[in-house]
Amino acid sequence: MSSRSTSVIPGFGLTLGYTLVYLSLLVLIPLGALFLKTTELSWAQFIAIVSAPRVLAALKLSFGTAFAAAVLNGVIGTLLAWVLVRYRFPGRKIIEAMIDLPFALPTAVAGIALTALYAPNGPIGQLATDLGFKIAYSPLGITLALTFVTLPFVVRTLQPVLADIPREVEEAAACLGARPLQVVRHVLLPALLPAWLTGFALAFARGVGEYGSVIFIAGNMPMKTEILPLLIMVKLDQYDYAGATAIGVLMLTVSFILLLAINLLQRRIAHG
Amino acid sequence: MSIEVRDVNKRFGQFQALQAIDLHIQSGELVALLGPSGCGKTSLLRIIAGLETPDSGSIVLHGEDVSSRDVRDRNVGFVFQHYALFRHMTVFDNVAFGLRMKPKKLRPSEAVIAAKVHELLNLVQLDWLADRYPEQLSGGQRQRIALARALAVEPEVLLLDEPFGALDAKVRKELRRWLARLHEDVHLTSVFVTHDQEEAMEVADRIVVMNKGVIEQIGTPAQVYANPASEFVYHFLGDANRLQLDEQRSVLFRPHEVRLSREPQADFLAGEVHGIRPLGALTRVTLRLAGHHEPIEAEVGHDHPGLVGLGRGERLYFQPVPSAQAQPSAG
Amino acid sequence: MTTASLPVSADARATTTRRGKQTARRLLIGAAWLTFALFLLLPLLIVLGEAFKQGVGTFFTAILEPDALAALKLTLLAVGISVPLNLVFGVAAAWCVSKYEFRGKSLLVTLIDLPFSVSPVIAGLIYVLLFGAQGYFGEWLSDRDIQIVFAVPGIILATLFVTVPFVARELIPLMQEQGSTEEEAARLLGASGWQMFWHITLPNIKWGLIYGVVLCTARAMGEFGAVSVVSGHIRGLTNTLPLHVEILYNEYNHVAAFSVASLLLALALVILLLKQWSESRIARLKTGAQP
Repeated sequence: MSSRSTSVIPGFGLTLGYTLVYLSLLVLIPLGALFLKTTELSWAQFIAIVSAPRVLAALKLSFGTAFAAAVLNGVIGTLLAWVLVRYRFPGRKIIEAMIDLPFALPTAVAGIALTALYAPNGPIGQLATDLGFKIAYSPLGITLALTFVTLPFVVRTLQPVLADIPREVEEAAACLGARPLQVVRHVLLPALLPAWLTGFALAFARGVGEYGSVIFIAGNMPMKTEILPLLIMVKLDQYDYAGATAIGVLMLTVSFILLLAINLLQRRIAHG
Repeated sequence: MSIEVRDVNKRFGQFQALQAIDLHIQSGELVALLGPSGCGKTSLLRIIAGLETPDSGSIVLHGEDVSSRDVRDRNVGFVFQHYALFRHMTVFDNVAFGLRMKPKKLRPSEAVIAAKVHELLNLVQLDWLADRYPEQLSGGQRQRIALARALAVEPEVLLLDEPFGALDAKVRKELRRWLARLHEDVHLTSVFVTHDQEEAMEVADRIVVMNKGVIEQIGTPAQVYANPASEFVYHFLGDANRLQLDEQRSVLFRPHEVRLSREPQADFLAGEVHGIRPLGALTRVTLRLAGHHEPIEAEVGHDHPGLVGLGRGERLYFQPVPSAQAQPSAG
Repeated sequence: MTTASLPVSADARATTTRRGKQTARRLLIGAAWLTFALFLLLPLLIVLGEAFKQGVGTFFTAILEPDALAALKLTLLAVGISVPLNLVFGVAAAWCVSKYEFRGKSLLVTLIDLPFSVSPVIAGLIYVLLFGAQGYFGEWLSDRDIQIVFAVPGIILATLFVTVPFVARELIPLMQEQGSTEEEAARLLGASGWQMFWHITLPNIKWGLIYGVVLCTARAMGEFGAVSVVSGHIRGLTNTLPLHVEILYNEYNHVAAFSVASLLLALALVILLLKQWSESRIARLKTGAQP
């Protein structure tokens, strides 16, 4: 019964055709143009652009802060998902509804709000200054901004999986003599890991490409706090299309390799 | 309306779902397609309905080849295993759906539709549920609504996919007797799919036993039970014991085809009582035989003299008395 | 959380475990509240605080100023075009993916999701490469006096790109879960393809559709990076609301920037409410679904 017949339910040709044409016109052909444009560069030129110190610094910063934000989300996202699924407590519904705020809030708004919060004269920024470090206009500020915009990913991918693990599994493990931490390590973590990695990968991919929330808080100092998407913007403002394109291709390539690696890791966990 | 299936073949990828199926169903008959899961019975039903296209072969309804006809023009009523009631519509709207979908020229007025729907809901004895939604109904009620919905368009053939499969045992029994009575009243050519031999025996005029995409046997319940065409049919239609007589020969017999005795008798075999289970009118005795791997199950009347004071571990003598014709003719 | 490793009675150990669980529960809930307050609530409050720092009057001046209204209009236009187009696309894509088996299906699903893994800045860049003055179609377009990049069409294209997957993504799992038997039943009862779609499929996917549209609207309304690349940043002409916020902010007109930002925040909260509402309807549909 899982087989679907093509004769009874009409519309296969129409919907598939429309889907392919729409995707091609809007997504595939334009993305193709990006790669076509890079072919105008020789290999040596391409390498020269993407290995410029400023590009490498931005590359390190973008992927580094996106990674840090994804890890941080991995921790607080797990905490939030766990608490929202397992406990009933006052205010739970509010937190549950507000988790998606970062997806609903325009990133530019998030950007200026976080800057106001973490800048040296902001409420938290001041506190940090008193303690002798700075948040805004540093990689830490970028990481926090990325953590904000990608916060829902880990929570939302973990929630359904957590809800599907019956409490009986934990109780059964406890009956077999497992201590609470052993239950977490041997029962919960293995069950959650694939979903956790999915959430991590989504947050990471979004973080690498994120622009709006970061540029306000980053300070945008070349070599120090300049992210890759901003560097593309800078090149575009200088009408350096080839440079912008090369960085774009670099960014897409590195992202895809990393996502592929995460995907492979996930499969190994699922089958191993 | 007769149904003819001519040399139908169907494959799903590497899997041969149906192989050279030929079947003729008389007008007004109630036929069961019986077999284990994966035997192709549901595929065959869906092909008759037009929900699936065979790779080759044809479907002939009342002498007319409908193989190339669209599913909506075949005029078959179909009841899905999980009923497929429209979850966002009331019971009334579900039953009215087929009438409302008719082309404008043929569509009855709302008053006629309402009368027809209530007539059908009365037929399935659920008129009082007209305003409910499917999620508010029990399984048995959904089943009957699905049937009313299928009958609304006055089909010439009624097809039911595991009509009682999703119901609990008691409702199941009630409903299948009800369906058999309903069939006597409406007398619609009907085909239903089931994996439950008891259900097929109780309800159907004829049974089509299927296995691995082929038809093993077609016949009345009495025929297939008394003269199984193959060992598969023999086993599928009821519990069976196999007694190895020597290296080559073995005998098949059903649990009730046995004589029991506390005393040794000529041609009786000895066994050790392993379990005694009263099943109402019958009592099942499980016997273990020396040098025999499988235990033998015997069912006798609960008042059988041999049972008086019988306990586990005791010795009991038995003689298989299989009816001669019941031995499968092949395989 | 720890149990003594010394030999203790089972009773005592159970009590310790229970007490440990209670403490853990309180700690975790406390930590969740703290995280929520710090990461989500505080940014929200600071937007409102900054916006109304100089009173309600300046707030209204900022959001009723002509450039702000023009930006609002452009944002609504971008939303009004991209959401319906991606809605139709989403339904078509979900239809072919969920109702049929065909080769390359998983590749197609990956392609549908592709815009999510492309940086918005790159999304803008590709249209500049195609339609910009030095782009592949630049000359052809300028000969005909058509401007796409640094004009409204570019903004709409960029918005379309980043919001392509939203509706499809919500509908595909929903429709796969619902299966096709209701559609088959409708066909057997004589419904035509369109009748089946309108009377059976659409009512069944309605809430998932609304959910997808809500998410799509949120992103279309708030998109910044992609739009920033293709916008000419011309006040009153090619500025969307988020871009307007940026301009005000960069001009150190913080109160006005936060005023417009709080308008967007209010829209975001409305979107969250709508999302919550459609989600609860989907949940109800699922629990009410037939076994």
